[in-house]
Formats: sequence, C-alpha cells, structure tokens
Amino acid sequence: MLEITNLHVSVEGIEILKGINLQVNAGELHAVMGPNGSGKSTFANVLAGRDTYVVTAGEVLYEGKNLLEMSPEERAREGLFLSFQYPVVIPGVNNTYFLQAAVNAGRKHRGEEEMDAVDFLGLIKDKVKLVQLDESFLNRSVNEGFSGGEKKRNEILQMLILEPRLAVLDETDSGLDIDALKIVAEGVNAFRNPERAFLVITHYQRILNYIKPDRVHVLANGRIAKSGGPELAELLEEKGYSWVQAEGDPAN
Amino acid sequence: MSKIDLYRNHFDEATRDGFHDQPEAVRQLRQLAMTQFEQLGFPTTRMEAWRNTNLAQLAKSEFLAPDANIAIEQSQLQPFYLDNSIQVVVVAGRFRPDLSSLDGLPREVGIIGLAEAITQNNRLVLTHLGRYADYREEALTALNTAFLSDGVLIHVPEKVTIDRPINVICLSSNRNHTATVTHPRTLVVAGRTTQVTLAERFVRLSGGPTFTNAVTEIVAGPGSIVDYTRLQLEPDDAHHIATVQVHQEADSRVELHTITIGGGLVRNNLNSTLAAEGAEVSLNGLYLVRESQHVDNHTRIDHAAPHCTSAENYKGILDDQGHAVFNGRIIVHQDAQKTDATQSNQNLMLSDQALVNTNPQLEIYADDVKCRHGSTVGQIDEDIIFYFLTRGIDRDAARRLLVHGFTREITNRIENQTIREFVNELIDRWFPNGQEGAP
Repeated sequence: MLEITNLHVSVEGIEILKGINLQVNAGELHAVMGPNGSGKSTFANVLAGRDTYVVTAGEVLYEGKNLLEMSPEERAREGLFLSFQYPVVIPGVNNTYFLQAAVNAGRKHRGEEEMDAVDFLGLIKDKVKLVQLDESFLNRSVNEGFSGGEKKRNEILQMLILEPRLAVLDETDSGLDIDALKIVAEGVNAFRNPERAFLVITHYQRILNYIKPDRVHVLANGRIAKSGGPELAELLEEKGYSWVQAEGDPAN
Repeated sequence: MSKIDLYRNHFDEATRDGFHDQPEAVRQLRQLAMTQFEQLGFPTTRMEAWRNTNLAQLAKSEFLAPDANIAIEQSQLQPFYLDNSIQVVVVAGRFRPDLSSLDGLPREVGIIGLAEAITQNNRLVLTHLGRYADYREEALTALNTAFLSDGVLIHVPEKVTIDRPINVICLSSNRNHTATVTHPRTLVVAGRTTQVTLAERFVRLSGGPTFTNAVTEIVAGPGSIVDYTRLQLEPDDAHHIATVQVHQEADSRVELHTITIGGGLVRNNLNSTLAAEGAEVSLNGLYLVRESQHVDNHTRIDHAAPHCTSAENYKGILDDQGHAVFNGRIIVHQDAQKTDATQSNQNLMLSDQALVNTNPQLEIYADDVKCRHGSTVGQIDEDIIFYFLTRGIDRDAARRLLVHGFTREITNRIENQTIREFVNELIDRWFPNGQEGAP
C-alpha cells in the first residue's frame, strides 16, 4: 500500500525529516508516535502533498505509483485522506455542499456518475449518526462555530464518506475529551477492513487503547528511532520519549 | 474646466420651457439648489469625503439631457421585471405608467410620478421632498434637486403591509450615442407600523456614456419595517452617483442592501439618521469590482436618539485593476445613550493590482454606548485552498466556492426570497463559469 524509502524533507531550508523508511500494507494500522518537534506533522503534510514541504531525497510509493509526483487533489482522488490536526474554517461554504463536491470529484476521477443532492443526503445522514454530530451541522459552513471536538468528528465524517484506502490521521486525538475520543475511535474501527490502511499520528498513547495498532513507530529527530508492536506504545507511556531518544538507535 | 455653466444653461432652458406648473415652493427649492451647486462645484480630491474618488474627468465631460419620451417596448424590459412584484419603471428620470404594472398593490398605497405629485401640491411632497437629502452641503444632491421634475413617489399609509416587493427599474438608456445625464429621484414615505419591501435597480438598455445622479429619500415612520435593496447594474461607461438618505422614526426597522456589480465609476452615499428611540438599521453592502471599475461606498449613520441599533456589513471582491473605497462613518450624538453600533468591512483581493481604501470613522459624543468596528483586506487563504485540495477539489473550484461563500454571507441577509435569488443569480453570472460552482 505505502512504501517509504529514505524520505528527506525540508521546510524553508531546514531539514525536518532525515531519512524515513516505512512500509504499510493493506489492512494494517500503524501508529507513528513522537514528541513535539519530531517531525510528525511534516510527515503527515508531505504525504498529503503540501507544497511548502520540500522533498529533498527519497521515494514514496502508493499502491505502486510515485506519490510524490501526484498533485494533492490527485492523491485525494486516488484514495489518500488526511485528517487535519487543525481543520480550517471555510466561511460561507455549506458543509453538505463541500462534502458532495469532494465525493463527486473522486467519482468523476474514477469515471463514475456524479451523485445528485438527494442521493448524497441519503448517504450522509447515516454517517452523521455514526460520529454523533447533529444533522444541523450539515447546513452550517464548514467547521464554522464548531468546537475542537466537533471539528475532529467532522474530519472523521469526511473520511467515512470519502472512503479512502489510506487514511492519515494527524493528531486526531489531541484536544478531545474521552467521550469524543471514543466516538472518533469507533468511527475508525468501524471503517477498518483488509483493503484499507491507516497511519495514526499521535503524541499520546491514549487513543491506542481504543484503536489497536498493528505496528508502532517512534519518530525522533526526523528519523524512526524505534519500531515495534502495540507493547511499544505502553512502554513509551511508562518511560516517556526521552528513553527512546537516549537510546538513539535508528532501528528499523 | 468643469461644465458647471453647461448645467446652468440646461437649468435655464428647462425652467423656460417647462416646470411652469410646479408650485412656487418647489420652484424656489430648485432655484436655491442650482445656486448651491454653482457655489459648491463638483467635489474634488482635496475634500476629505472625496479623497479617493476623482470626479475631474466627469466634471469636464459634456453630458446632454436625454430624450425622455424615448420609445421603449414592454418586451425590452422583460429581463428586468421581478416575479410576483409590483413593477415601477422610470426612464431617464421620468415615471412611465405605460411601462409600469401596479397589479396587486393594496388600494390605499399610492405610487405616482413625482411630476404629478408636485403639480398637485401633494402634502407628502411639501412635507418631505428635499428635506432629508442635503442640497446645501452636497453638490451632487444640489444638482439633482435643481433638476427636480419627475421620479417616483411611493406612499404606504398607516398600518398597511405590502406583501409583494416593489421593483423600481431605473433605465438610463437613450436612443443615440451622445453622452447624457439624468437625475432620478425617488421618495418613499412609509407611515406608522407599515411594512414594505422595495428594490431600486439601475440598468441601461443601450446608448452612449451616461451620468446618473440619483437621489432617494426614505422616511420610515414609527414602528415601520422597510427593506430596501439597491442594485447597480449599468455598463462600464456609466458614471453613477447615488445618494440614499433615510430618516427613521421611533422603533422603525430598516434594512438596506447595496449591491454594486456594474458601472465604471460608482459612488454610493448611503446615510441613515436614527432620529427617535428604538430605531434599528442594518446596512449590508456587496461590491464586485474588476477591470478598471471604481466603486466607492460612503455610509453615514447618525445616532441622534438613545437606544438605537445599527449594524453594518460591507464586503467586496476585487479583481484586475479594480479600485474600491469604503468609508463608514458612525456619529453617536450626545443624547444617543445606549447606542449599539457595529461595523465591518471585508475585502477579498483576487489580483495584486487591485486596490482598496477602507476607512472606518467613529465619532462618539455620548458616554454609555457599545461600538465595534473592524476591516480586513486579504487574499484567499492558502491553508483553506490546501484543505480543498486534500479533499480532491481542484484549485479553481475551491476558489469559486470560496468567493461564492463570501458573497452569500451578504446576500443571505436579504429576507425577500425573490430579490435574494435574483441577486444571487446576477452574482453567479459575474464569475467566469459562474453557474457551475454555485451551491
């Protein structure tokens, strides 16, 4: 599904990612953990195609294709989804209309017929229940007046509707209370299947109590410093990130 | 050299040839206004209120009086009629009952030509006409008043509600290609506890360059509800200077929507005086400016009584070398305690050659008031564009949706559905490939 080899990324001339190697297979959920400043958000953004992040070396293959050559919108239409750490507010653009435009952009790309407003409303109503957002949110401008937790649930709603094959969740758990965290986790769990893969990027181990990862990677100083099974997350919770950084072992 | 002499000649000719049946009071008013105009002359950029709008070219140009009896077929007006509305047509400043359709108007309501009202010594004309729009200080209002001969009088008597909107179509067309000037005049008197919705639309069918110098006076009686939309849709070689002066009595609620899409040089002076307690006004403005258009919105709200509320929201979209000016003046007079006034002006720049001058002016002479204002000038946010891209929506579509959203925040405030949808349609047509992006 996703093969990353020796990925180097700079922002404004400063190297943030210094050689990432990672392989995620279909059906797997990987957690990428790390302290602040370790490069987690850079990693998420570069996968989605943000042009302020410059790839200076390395290769990313997504379903065998060169991801780095694709525009952000192509990546999205090809089934890659980024759940933002800080979803933006889009004033004056209706949430339902936005989602419909997104879905139809994907359908058009795949040569499928575009969905009309009636069909789309049918689709969206079920999913809204799943993330426990009130239907009134659909008629508001995208993220306008949404609380932090509501924005994150709206991200998960978009994921459920767009049905990506690779979902990158960038600190979707940050700032969520325990109830909202459970809703988000349930949304993700309900969405897991053997065809899909996930990268869950997080600072805290907490969300991994609700979403079981297949692999856990620790990002430190722009490299994957340690990889392991779910038990690695618990170890981190106990010992803190300084333990990994102190070991300084660029194991992979 | 400005053409003030030319306007004097027009005036003398008009006085010699017509105006004979006007009552003495109106003749005097016109004489006085003409003298005022001669003394004041065209405003120049040395004046604070005209610093960013240069009328030098306009003042130098020669505009002739149009042929007011121009033949126009009802079918030519079809695109300008609004559904389920009362249609009032004014051609080159003249009320045209032959082209208007007053079906569905409650019997008590009077819509007549100002010329007729003036010659009949109509009580409302004597009480209200020229009383609010200031011809003593404002040169162009003086010029309009000097040529006062016709226009529209709309009178809604006490306790009457008009369900259908009144659609006033002001045509500045002339038959040939000479440059012409018109001075449209409208007087709206809404009596105690009335309700009325009206739109004034400025359009042109054909002809050469025009100078439209319009004045509208609106009197909102105690407890009345008045909803007024002004739509500027003239072509690029149209010069349009407008003054809308609103006078609000106790507990009146007035909504003013000023939508400017057309016109090469446009100046909208929109003023409201909150003269008695409990009056509320909201001013919503939208201007779409491109190519070499120049659009200036000057608003003034006088809080002259306690417990009044004003809310002002103006938004502009600027492309190409478009130039916009926003000047929002709010004066809270000494007696106007418990005033609540808000003002906001937001500008979206689609081109780095476009220019906007935005200037909020608060003058507060009372001590117990709530006033807030703010203005922004910005481009489309790249973070927002990236968000669209990550959802598979390309940059062009994202831009279109954002700009649409920006305009909808103003048009959604137009309560009347017929007018709102009509305005939205016009906006959508302004954008290249507009219809596609519209939600």
